[in-house]
Amino acid sequence: MRIELEKRANPSTLFSILSPFLALALTVVAGGIMFALIGKSPVAALYSFFIEPLLDIWSLHEIAIKAAPLILIGAGLSVCYRSNNWNIGAEGQFIAGAIAGAIVPVVFHDWHSSLVLPLMLIFGMIGGALYAAIPAFLKAHMNTNEILTSLMLVYIAQLFLDWLVRGPWRSPDAYNFPVTRDFVPEAILPELISSGRANLGFAFAIIAAVGLWIMMRYTLKGFEITVLGQSERAGRFAGFSSKRMIWFSMLLSGALAGLAGISEVSGTIGKLQPIISPGYGFTAIIVAFLGRLNPLGIIAAGLFLALTYVGGEAVQLTLSVSDKVTRVFQGLLLFFVLSCDTLIQYKIRLVFSRFGQTTEGSAH
Amino acid sequence: MSAVGASEGSPLLAVRSLTKLFGSFAACNGIDLDIRPGEIHALLGENGAGKSTLVKMLFGVLSPTSGQILWKGEPVRIPSPGAARRLGIGMVFQHFSLFEALTVAENIALSLSPGISLSKVAEEASRLSHLYGLPLDPKAHVADLSVGERQRIEIVRALLQHPELIILDEPTSVLTPQEADRLFETLAKLKAEGRSVLYISHRLEEVQRICDRATVLRHGKVTGACDPRQETPASLARMMVGSDVASVTAAGTNTKGEVLLEANHLSVPARTPFAVTLKNVCLKVRGGEVLAIAGVAGNGQGELFDALSGEYPVAEASAVAIRGKAAGNLGITARRLMGAGFVPEERHGHAAVPSLPLSDNLVLARNQSDRKTFLAGGVLGIIKHAVVRIASKRISETMDVRKSGDDPAAGSLSGGNLQKYIVGRELDRQPAVLIVNQPTWGVDAGAASRIRQALVDLAKSGSAVLVISQDLDEIFEVATEIAVVSEGRLSDVYPAHDLTREKIGLLMGGMYGKTEGGEVAHAH
Ligand SMILES: Nc1ncnc2c1ncn2[C@@H]1O[C@H](COP(=O)(O)OP(=O)(O)OP(=O)(O)O)[C@@H](O)[C@H]1O
Ligand SMILES: [Mg+2]
Repeated sequence: MRIELEKRANPSTLFSILSPFLALALTVVAGGIMFALIGKSPVAALYSFFIEPLLDIWSLHEIAIKAAPLILIGAGLSVCYRSNNWNIGAEGQFIAGAIAGAIVPVVFHDWHSSLVLPLMLIFGMIGGALYAAIPAFLKAHMNTNEILTSLMLVYIAQLFLDWLVRGPWRSPDAYNFPVTRDFVPEAILPELISSGRANLGFAFAIIAAVGLWIMMRYTLKGFEITVLGQSERAGRFAGFSSKRMIWFSMLLSGALAGLAGISEVSGTIGKLQPIISPGYGFTAIIVAFLGRLNPLGIIAAGLFLALTYVGGEAVQLTLSVSDKVTRVFQGLLLFFVLSCDTLIQYKIRLVFSRFGQTTEGSAH
Repeated sequence: MSAVGASEGSPLLAVRSLTKLFGSFAACNGIDLDIRPGEIHALLGENGAGKSTLVKMLFGVLSPTSGQILWKGEPVRIPSPGAARRLGIGMVFQHFSLFEALTVAENIALSLSPGISLSKVAEEASRLSHLYGLPLDPKAHVADLSVGERQRIEIVRALLQHPELIILDEPTSVLTPQEADRLFETLAKLKAEGRSVLYISHRLEEVQRICDRATVLRHGKVTGACDPRQETPASLARMMVGSDVASVTAAGTNTKGEVLLEANHLSVPARTPFAVTLKNVCLKVRGGEVLAIAGVAGNGQGELFDALSGEYPVAEASAVAIRGKAAGNLGITARRLMGAGFVPEERHGHAAVPSLPLSDNLVLARNQSDRKTFLAGGVLGIIKHAVVRIASKRISETMDVRKSGDDPAAGSLSGGNLQKYIVGRELDRQPAVLIVNQPTWGVDAGAASRIRQALVDLAKSGSAVLVISQDLDEIFEVATEIAVVSEGRLSDVYPAHDLTREKIGLLMGGMYGKTEGGEVAHAH
């Protein structure tokens, strides 16, 4: 017996809707098996992973906090990916945005003004965009592969941040701990509602995603992105420039990643430290694909992936399993999303015959 | 005559009331067809008649909605191309499916069962290609090959499986006359070996030349069967279209106006290793004129189109002028705003994005020239989809575009119908200058005459029209002036009535006394 993939005449609409849900279901099943193998009750584990966090206000706030950067970054990346520009380095742009935004509260730490926060946010966006400008420039003018350059820049950003907080920006009163000064209250992103920690970052995320959705669906810019993503030649015929699109999409996604970075630092951490992200920039790639590269879908996908972070912490505490489970779940999910997407273009067929013999094509 | 002789035997392949529905639209509707051993059978029909759909069902690419396929008298189900190959059916598609980065042998090996060594494939391929007079270098990279050579790969690939039936979907629409002649010799050889060929083409002369029998489709139904040798191209065309094909009337185009399009010593270096360098091209097209540029494919036609359309602007502003204004360094959008319209050669992925609906493909070409009509919200550029859809419908109606549904994806239209839409999209603007590259390749006689008439009518209304074409019949139908491109150089421009086919043939070979310095010897 062998399994054959057979190309469909038309992409299946059914499976393009069903595929994310199918992927979810398969992830849950595979996750259950994983828990069973390490000797934990799958039902209890899955319950505390996926259900429990939804039942209390504190973890709902945590979900919103973690969803905000995922949605912000994922929405920006969707524009990139739709235009056929493969920015894999959002994690680096996130860090660059955090560093650039933190210039104000770290370097001018005596400045108390209501201007601090807006300036930080603007600097954050500029920082992320400038950092994305490096792979954009290299792709547009040197014809390098943006997947490699943007990815490698992530490590540079991480190490640069590490150096900053251990060196020039280290707080004088942190007993040699590698952290900057705590931000002044004017530099802290306000909370959204009084019931918990969720901050304005979540509002930014929703506004950005809805804005990009409107752009993609109704405007000429969105059309330009779609056309250039499908066929550069047709785009040229339409008078669109793929070079300018490289700049546009990379700067846009970089700016949103930078905004996510400074929002995280200002709203959640309150200072800079060597590690400021549990891999939001990479997880956002999963979010973008799970959300079908549609900004509204990305809101849902971002909330779901945030749940895996919070759920992962929960099972760590309740079942004392390794913190790697979160990563495993996210990896499984991306794996299943991409595999299920195959079903949109292909049918699966089981062929019960020895190699070379046919059952098809014969008389019957 | 073989057609008579072959009629005794039982058919190799028989199709009984085969139907294919796309939604509620019947692309093929109860088709009956017999193919006898050792015959070359033509499948004729206008664009969208369902020819490609029918043969895709025979080759297992599409599955029939209902009906039966009999192979040597046995009913069979053909679920995949692999199954079709195992039965003994080979096919060469209308659109090629080759990997450019791979070599000829690698491309061929991909379609065979795994486990056959590459050197064996190469050996067998070059043996077959010599046997059938289709010279091929198995080690060559596909990217370096001409369209004709690429097609040879497809044919050799089909032959490797020793098929008893070979299906060719519009094989000659992209070939030069010489390449086509070669192909016909190969087909004659196949026939002599007792294999059958199912042959789709819009070129009725060649059908008459090589085919034993013909089946005519219209709107997805069989409307006739005949011996093409007993017919004339006109009578065949009538069977396909259901009425007489109007001949293009060019009379009255000789009211010359201003020079609207001009190329002045236009030289463009080759952009890629496979491109042609344009050398010192000079031409003038006046309002009311149709200048046709003849030439064998691959002599710089595409490059000339790119430079004139502004998809790849040149440094010299004065090298191209549109309505008297220098435009050489301007992009395609700016040239459109100056009143020019463009129809590129390749439909899929250049003139249109196949996955997007027709209305979006209207926005593709006219997003700036019709900014006021199609867009709202100033800089936001909100696309007014409702307005665009109405305009798209208008174009489809004027050009008689046949399609399934109101606003289907461009890729689902048959080639000829998409071409009508793409030409109509420009004509709808009444451009002062229209530049068209290969206006009717793969387009049926009725639609071709409609497109050509539209070009002539546009010129009559005072516009300048430049047609780049390989098809001499087309050129003589529409042109008021003719020039020939050869190896990136353009000949002098001659009034159409001063030229004969023989003279054009000489010019194509580059044997002409080009007026030195490039000053165009305009004969008016
Ligand atoms: N995948 C599809 N979905 C919907 N409609 C389709 C699809 N494929 C073909 N059609 C429709 O079926 C009809 C027949 O198309 P087909 O490609 O068979 O025409 P054809 O005879 O080969 O024409 P041409 O000479 O232009 O190649 C057309 O009207 C086309 O729009
Ligand atoms: Mg066809």
